[in-house]
Amino acid sequence: MTSNVQNNTNIIFYGIGGQGVLKASEACSVAALVAGYRVKKTEIHGMSQRGGSVESSVRFGKDVISPLIPKGEADFMICLHPEEHKNPEGLLRAQGIDLIAYTHKAYEVLADNKIFVNSFLLGVLSGYLMMSEDHWIKALKNVFGEKRQKENLTFFKEGRAWAKRL
Amino acid sequence: MSSFNAKKVFFSGNEALAQGAYEAGVKVAAAYPGTPSTEILQAISRFNEIDSQWSVNEKVAFEVALGAAIGGARALYASKHVGINVAMDPMMTSAYTGINAGFVIVCCDDPGLHSSQNEQDNRILAQAAKIPLLEPSSAQEAYFFVQEAFRLSEEFDTPVFLRMTTRICHAKEDILIDKRKEVLAKSFNMDVAKYVMVPGNAYRRHIVLEQRLEELKKFSNASSLNVVEMKDTKIGVITNGSAYLYVKEMMPQMSILKLGMSFPFPDDVVKTFASKVEKVLVIEELDSFIEDKVKALGIPCTGKDRSFCIGELRPEHIPLIIEGKTREPEVFAGRKPSLCPGCGHRMVFNVLKELQVTVSGDIGCYTLGVLPPFSSIHTCVCMGAGITMFEGLRRAQNNNVVGVIGDSTFVHSGITGLINAAYNKMTGVIIVLDNSITAMTGGQPHPGVGLTLKGEKTKTLSLEKIVQASGADHVDVMDPALMNDFKKLLKKRMRQKKLSVIIARRPCKLLMDKQKKTKL
Repeated sequence: MTSNVQNNTNIIFYGIGGQGVLKASEACSVAALVAGYRVKKTEIHGMSQRGGSVESSVRFGKDVISPLIPKGEADFMICLHPEEHKNPEGLLRAQGIDLIAYTHKAYEVLADNKIFVNSFLLGVLSGYLMMSEDHWIKALKNVFGEKRQKENLTFFKEGRAWAKRL
Repeated sequence: MSSFNAKKVFFSGNEALAQGAYEAGVKVAAAYPGTPSTEILQAISRFNEIDSQWSVNEKVAFEVALGAAIGGARALYASKHVGINVAMDPMMTSAYTGINAGFVIVCCDDPGLHSSQNEQDNRILAQAAKIPLLEPSSAQEAYFFVQEAFRLSEEFDTPVFLRMTTRICHAKEDILIDKRKEVLAKSFNMDVAKYVMVPGNAYRRHIVLEQRLEELKKFSNASSLNVVEMKDTKIGVITNGSAYLYVKEMMPQMSILKLGMSFPFPDDVVKTFASKVEKVLVIEELDSFIEDKVKALGIPCTGKDRSFCIGELRPEHIPLIIEGKTREPEVFAGRKPSLCPGCGHRMVFNVLKELQVTVSGDIGCYTLGVLPPFSSIHTCVCMGAGITMFEGLRRAQNNNVVGVIGDSTFVHSGITGLINAAYNKMTGVIIVLDNSITAMTGGQPHPGVGLTLKGEKTKTLSLEKIVQASGADHVDVMDPALMNDFKKLLKKRMRQKKLSVIIARRPCKLLMDKQKKTKL
């Protein structure tokens, strides 16, 4: 998946304000840090908390230069809201993986627990990446804290079990 | 720095800058919130060694910090780019007085207008003020540059302008940090010729300032803030800030001169670099600040098409700029923000729309009243203009014009406008939409809230008393959620030939809850 110059893994997260897009990209970043990679993450704050679009990208590898993923270089695209699904600015590379099918699955599986859609999708993503489950669990505990930790870990594992099945 | 104490953290540019300032021994820090700069003071407020505050506005913040520096304590000011406009008055003369203990002005530009009313390039303002300009390109550099800025400030007795941009403020990376190095407070010398800027003194200080700029130019030419990375000599790119990262990523074969200090401009470094490459390119975000200076040295160079002065730069733009292409205007396709569902202040905009009045608006959540379904904001330029432009509109057309302004904005710069309207016999209705917090930037307290930056209880400014004292004939306080009563009141006040202020009071529930959680 890592054919760009620096051999970075590039992931883009997006959705709308309040869905936990930034928490998801943070947890992914911390998992990569725990695994010993260098990481750069960008996010757009500000008006997003008024329900606007939120986008955040994570790049990790031996070294990372630009925090922004160049157009057509994203390896994974994770959209937390089905209605927001698009290819933001053509960021996904030709062989890149769009996890939208899992977003639909998350909405189906989670039913009334949609606040955990970020944990579920992180679980799916984890199934595609090199970091160990331990790294991810450390990251989730670090980023999500005590509150609803059990549920977050449960839905993460459920997502992880779905990875590469759709 | 010693690797002994070094600790690895995952910090945004703003957090890294706060950490760097902390380690540099900063004692006083002042700011008014504004995206993308807000997190700097929030991070600083966690350090007990630093006396930090949300000030009433940027001019106040600047003067508090400058006073602290002149008084002998290392001080920091931070704001977004348009905040510098408000602080320009003291900033221009602070270059004349110089400082005593180190003083760093942190300015966060917002290319791409992620959350701003314009995308001005403030590098030119540092030059206009004759203050040295440092530009980090990443969080790690923000951490180092702010420490260097304090050293430079004291070595040359000058404020230092540290310019960030949204992508640096809000990009996180793993960086190494260290411990605070305590700096002893300096004594304050009663040097009237230096600190009292009457014409004669200021004239002599201007001579000192120009001599200082000569010395700073020598420093800039020798400084390790300006870095040459020689590779292929066919093309050499002069660049800065986050543009440097995009050039390095997209054009790894090209030689690069990265300017970390672009004012005073390092002429000799640029000339030497240009002499070593066949062709010189300049790639920078927003205005042609560096390009103009390179050209002024008589060095042939190619910059970017003017269309690239608009909007944020992205990595994929680099090859397009080099090929001399133009940038296509962006289509804003994302989901737009809106006034929160359940926000009691939505009713005010419903009423304004129904009454078909012209509305002079202001900065903050309430600017969102411009969007459907309300579509009831007709002007919005800057902080405080909700009241002053209301007055101007009334003088021009004297029809149904209403001014609206938020509570934090009213305290920031609305009060002076209200006094002006009363003094100059203006009549009409101004609505202060009081959600009892600075909401748009994520919920910071202000004088009307009765809490400080550090969450401590303090005196509470009474909006109704200050409105009355400013000269309003009528002051009404009403919950805007009572839509029919509110409409009746507004219509009544609009009929009267008086100056009326209606304080529509309903706290932002979302942020009050959040604040309680974080403080307890």
